[in-house]
Amino acid sequence: MVIRLGNAGAATALFILVLVGCSTSAHVGDAPEALKPAGERRMAPDFALKDADGRTVRLSDYRGKVVLLDFWATWCGPCKIEIPWFMQMEKEYKDRGFAVLGVAMDEDGWEAVKPFLAEMRVNYRTVLGTDMVAQQFGGVDALPTTFVIDREGRIASTHVGLASKSDYENDIQALLAQP
Amino acid sequence: MMLVALATVLFVPGLWAQFGGILSVAPPLTVKTARDTVVTSKLAIQLRNGYHVNSNTPADEYLIPLSLTWNPSALRVREIVYPKPKMESYSFSKKPLSVYTGDFEIVTRFAVPADAPLGSSTVTGRVRYQACTNSACYPPKTVEVTLPVDIQAH
Repeated sequence: MVIRLGNAGAATALFILVLVGCSTSAHVGDAPEALKPAGERRMAPDFALKDADGRTVRLSDYRGKVVLLDFWATWCGPCKIEIPWFMQMEKEYKDRGFAVLGVAMDEDGWEAVKPFLAEMRVNYRTVLGTDMVAQQFGGVDALPTTFVIDREGRIASTHVGLASKSDYENDIQALLAQP
Repeated sequence: MMLVALATVLFVPGLWAQFGGILSVAPPLTVKTARDTVVTSKLAIQLRNGYHVNSNTPADEYLIPLSLTWNPSALRVREIVYPKPKMESYSFSKKPLSVYTGDFEIVTRFAVPADAPLGSSTVTGRVRYQACTNSACYPPKTVEVTLPVDIQAH
């Protein structure tokens, strides 16, 4: 069935179609995103969130480092696969200017997150996320969602859902090799 | 022009809503009953293809169970019976998970007290769930449920 539209209706529908087509959000099941060229990267939104010790952590504190920013939750099975990878990467690359920062999205807060971090012996810093910060990063809904951020604080790649370890390693190594 | 028409059809609110939720609950049938009896109500639940929710008894303490909760009303909840879960394997879990997929029902048995008010009323409740695919998980959500009740004299 073809619906015949007037000029105004057609223009509105086309506008909506263009908006959808222009969306830059990554989705679950998308092919692994390659590193964006430096000129196409957008700045990661800054935030101020509390870590497990109550200290304020700002993303801008990490400027000059390559950052793996992982949105996760204790109830997220695929996140639990990636966390040990990130622990290993933190250990392997931290002396070269790399850091992992976890953003826990549990609605029960530290009561749920702290025992999990202790059980997993997570060796990198974790902050408690908020819906507002998730919105600033494009409306993080599916977990895990992980952003790899370059030394200038720009988002170089986004991974939605369980990615492969080698995708992260390739991203990190490429960004660490850049001045 | 066909693309424009397609875009318009996709954005008709009524149609779009069908794609919105991972889990949907069919409006339950009206419970017609009498005082001093026990009555059963079935809640039909449909999950989108490719998704699963944890059962009401997940094996891992960190997982969020499916739950049906009824608010206090003229009826008394005797028992909530969840379907038998499936044990399914996923790439992100070393051991099979206790889950529900596809279409399933939750059955509630209500007792109707001898002094329950006659006539029409509603019982409200909520279904809480947390869904995942094989590669990602979504935040816990709650679906409100309204059960129409008609208590008639013997």
